[in-house]
Amino acid sequence: MKFSLVVHASPFSEQASSTAYRYAKCLLSQGHEIYRVFYYGDGVMVANSQIAPPQDEANLPKLWTELANEHSLDLVVCIAAAVKRGVLDQNEAKRYEKDAANLADGFELSGLGQLAEAIAISDRVVTFGG
Amino acid sequence: MSDKKSILIINQSAPYGSSKARESLDVALTCSIFDMPVSLLFIGDGLFQLIKGQSPELLDMKKHEAMLTALPMYDIEQIFVTEDDLKTNGLTEQDLALSVNVVSRDMISSLIQNHDSVMTF
Repeated sequence: MKFSLVVHASPFSEQASSTAYRYAKCLLSQGHEIYRVFYYGDGVMVANSQIAPPQDEANLPKLWTELANEHSLDLVVCIAAAVKRGVLDQNEAKRYEKDAANLADGFELSGLGQLAEAIAISDRVVTFGG
Repeated sequence: MSDKKSILIINQSAPYGSSKARESLDVALTCSIFDMPVSLLFIGDGLFQLIKGQSPELLDMKKHEAMLTALPMYDIEQIFVTEDDLKTNGLTEQDLALSVNVVSRDMISSLIQNHDSVMTF
């Protein structure tokens, strides 16, 4: 079945952010397809490559990057939600004259249209947090 | 886009205490631009999003009410509230900034059933 995931939950403050990751892994291991993962609201903060958790805690941005590389996942971060929370790719960092970009590898910034399209195309849309 | 899936957006958050109301509205407008039929259900504290005469400028926030009144321009006219929620909060339809369909709480399950996708904010 074709799934899309929508992640609203903030990493570390809410369990749902890591639940989304484990759910994605589980779907793939059972042979399902993940059409897209869409990060919205505080959920976008998981795409910040500057996140540096203690060694005995999961590094969610890194885990998502690895999963995306392994399965060619489409990890889309809502651009409006991300930019106002300081999650920037090269283009946005330049546009807003910020020192550096910090979007983790494997993620891309795009608009809400990507969420609408994911809803239209997927058999199931599962929301985490919110 | 393969087909036009209908979406029900359930709003259960008050307008200014969190970003939920804004995020929900943005999703509703985007889906509508993509020609997906959008219905909105306001339940619990979500009902407060619809109240007339909001003054969010005191909080340096944008007027949610004004954005909601733009919904008909986006062809979003299926807006539902429940009779129970109106009564619980001591409100009537006249207290709301836009015209809504008042349904009984039992109708929520059929609303969910009648849409292809449901998102909650």
